[in-house]
Amino acid sequence: MSEGQIDEGLRSELQRQGVWVTSMQELYNWGRKNSIWPLQFGLACCAIEMIATAASRYDIARFGGEVFRPSPRQADLMIVAGTVTKKMAPQIVRLYNQMPDPKYVISMGACAISGGPFKQGYNVLKGIDRYIPVDVYIPGCPPRPEALLHAFMELQRKIDSQKLSGAGKAEFLKPEQPSEFPVPAFGEHDLQPPANPDVYQPPKLERV
Amino acid sequence: METLEQIKNRAELAVRGAKIDIVANPGPSQQSSLLLDHEHAVGVATFLRDHPALSFDFCSNVTGVDWLDRVLKKTAKVKQVVDGVEKEVDQTTEEKIPGCLEAVYHLYSIKHKHGPLIIRMRTANRGDGARLPSLTPIWRSAELQEREIFDLYGIRFDNHPDLRRILMWDEFVDFPMRKDYRDPDDYEWEPTPHDDVLERAKQHYTPRPTLDGAENITAP
Amino acid sequence: MTNNGNDSAVATSLREVETGHRPVATMSSRLDGELLEVSMGPQHPSTHGVFRMNVALEGEIVRKLKPVFGYLHRNHEKIGENATYLGSMPYTDRLDYFCSMTNNWAYALSVEKLVGIEVPERAEYLRVILAELTRLQNHASLLGFLLSDMGAWGTPLMYAFREREKILDLFESLSGSRMMCDYMRFGGCRVDADDAWLAGAKKIVDRFPKFLDEFEALILQNEIVIARTQNVGKLSPELAISAGITGPMLRACGVNYDIRKVDGYGIYPRFKFRIPLGDHGDTYDRLMMRALEMHESIEILKQALAQIQPGPVMNPKVKIRAFRPPIGEAYGRIEGPKGELGFYLISDGGPNPYRYRVRPPSFINLTVLEDLCLGHTVADVMVILGSIDIVMGEVDR
Repeated sequence: MSEGQIDEGLRSELQRQGVWVTSMQELYNWGRKNSIWPLQFGLACCAIEMIATAASRYDIARFGGEVFRPSPRQADLMIVAGTVTKKMAPQIVRLYNQMPDPKYVISMGACAISGGPFKQGYNVLKGIDRYIPVDVYIPGCPPRPEALLHAFMELQRKIDSQKLSGAGKAEFLKPEQPSEFPVPAFGEHDLQPPANPDVYQPPKLERV
Repeated sequence: METLEQIKNRAELAVRGAKIDIVANPGPSQQSSLLLDHEHAVGVATFLRDHPALSFDFCSNVTGVDWLDRVLKKTAKVKQVVDGVEKEVDQTTEEKIPGCLEAVYHLYSIKHKHGPLIIRMRTANRGDGARLPSLTPIWRSAELQEREIFDLYGIRFDNHPDLRRILMWDEFVDFPMRKDYRDPDDYEWEPTPHDDVLERAKQHYTPRPTLDGAENITAP
Repeated sequence: MTNNGNDSAVATSLREVETGHRPVATMSSRLDGELLEVSMGPQHPSTHGVFRMNVALEGEIVRKLKPVFGYLHRNHEKIGENATYLGSMPYTDRLDYFCSMTNNWAYALSVEKLVGIEVPERAEYLRVILAELTRLQNHASLLGFLLSDMGAWGTPLMYAFREREKILDLFESLSGSRMMCDYMRFGGCRVDADDAWLAGAKKIVDRFPKFLDEFEALILQNEIVIARTQNVGKLSPELAISAGITGPMLRACGVNYDIRKVDGYGIYPRFKFRIPLGDHGDTYDRLMMRALEMHESIEILKQALAQIQPGPVMNPKVKIRAFRPPIGEAYGRIEGPKGELGFYLISDGGPNPYRYRVRPPSFINLTVLEDLCLGHTVADVMVILGSIDIVMGEVDR
């Protein structure tokens, strides 16, 4: 099984003869990226744009993502669409923990990226990436359905580039990578802990 | 709909001992309100709902308001003797108004299609005395809204069927909508902070390196 | 509807409401027989948002139901106190995210009452046109979502969203955004609509009755819908009035109260339209309300599009910068698609409101959820919840 590097000239030559050459990695990733099952999980206004994307005008079915599963055990993509509040955050982490590997998270809308317009809030979690790792971020308030489709295609490109073996292999194949993250608890004034330090590493800004 | 004075007189006649004040509304909307006292509020509210001419059977909105302790400065011209000459001098008196929490009810009548009638109740203070009688037995629509006022402001409603937190989680101890509430500190990373967010975010940043003392120069 | 033991599904008189005819408040008290406690939500396949219900079931019958709110509490009112009056306008879009135009109108109406501003006539016509278009797409989407909850797997939703996309195209060409329009201002509207836009609106209004006939034949004459929604979740008029229910849910019980007729805000008195009323107060009547109201909205739209005249859309005397209303308070309300949407503002003379309160129709309509669901099965709970028409952005603010 090679690393997926097949000589393109050879491949097209063989294709003209009716022989199709591929590698396990390409085939595996091709199957995965064209049949992503999103979790039916809308929180707020961005959820309506997500439903509009799944409706007939901005059809998400042509990308393979039409089967929205209600149960996290059967889904492999969680589109966090809408404001994440501190009351809802433990449930989101629990849902993420229940999803089987390999799983991906798209953070849709300004609220899920960093709190959005409601950032100054006692109940608003300032970004879902404080507790779970995020793969694609979509800015916008709400992002247009075309933006969600673009993010979907970015995710497909990311899945395509994940290697199955070797040094740079994908995260979910490494045994020491956690697939479950600790669920925050409700404290007296805030969630305990306010962020997960393994996941949330904000850059240190130097003020000059 | 009758005027506010007429309703107030009717209510004071019907419920013995009720003390109702009129709180005037100075703005253009002219929606003045009635201030009820605690002991007779339930009686007055029942009267407002059941009287056939008034028939306020629909409680549309229940709001909580937080009034902090205020100091009102009043300047008045007073005649004083200064240097042997009688002059008019401005004298400022400070009046301390203690703060309280308030519940405001907007009432309408579906039967007669008139309204709104606005009634208010004020607590004794913002601490232990933050209790008010609940008007849920009279208008069921106050049930969820009074729970919300309890959650966000801390007013305890006596005789409410189910008084517990509604919007925040149960382990939360603060009352967030009060004016003196401070948010928990989770502003570690703010790209463009300003105003009070800047004040709170400063403790997480490396301080700005001092320049050559140029920042201490003030204009002459 | 079964009446088992001491629980009956509906309190039919005010006396029963007053004397405490309601189930016991805590979940930990148990009746005879085993009760199964189930938590429905906050993530469940019905797309009403993050709403949770703690249900105690005896077999399939609901014995107790306690809703849990707050999963989308974004402290809109606190932000309203920290932002200026105009700065709160985009936040009102995000309250009931289906109907951003009517939210904007309710807020603009309250501020106009607070300050005493007049609105020019063309702006009033535009407001009515946009509000009725919003009502059309809201009711169509609601019917689509409710049918999905019943198991129709999204087909009616696709039909409803097809029409909704046409209306959203109109909103986008006028205000710049599909959903969060931020279009009304204190004293008028932000931009004027040109004749091409009005012609586009007229085209949609002319074609809508054909879609409505198709939609109604698909949904309201379907035998599964009729079997699942008739006599389910009956609401009596006395309980509805006492619990502060407004909107199509109140009119389905037979109470004739529509704020467009009662208050006569804007220029609604100029239009001829009827108010549909229901007979039974059950879920099927609530569905029929939405369909009939869509017909009445089309009537209003036809009259408004015919009567609109050219003119200014903004009152020139209103200060945009340094907008400081006089000290006072005001409560303004409109008939939104979900019920009575009101804003209560207290001004202390500064640029920010002292108290900014939203009267959310979906939140108050949920007061009677437990009363409606008692004695019904779990499957009926989702149908009843769908017919109440809630949007979590408004319930939790």
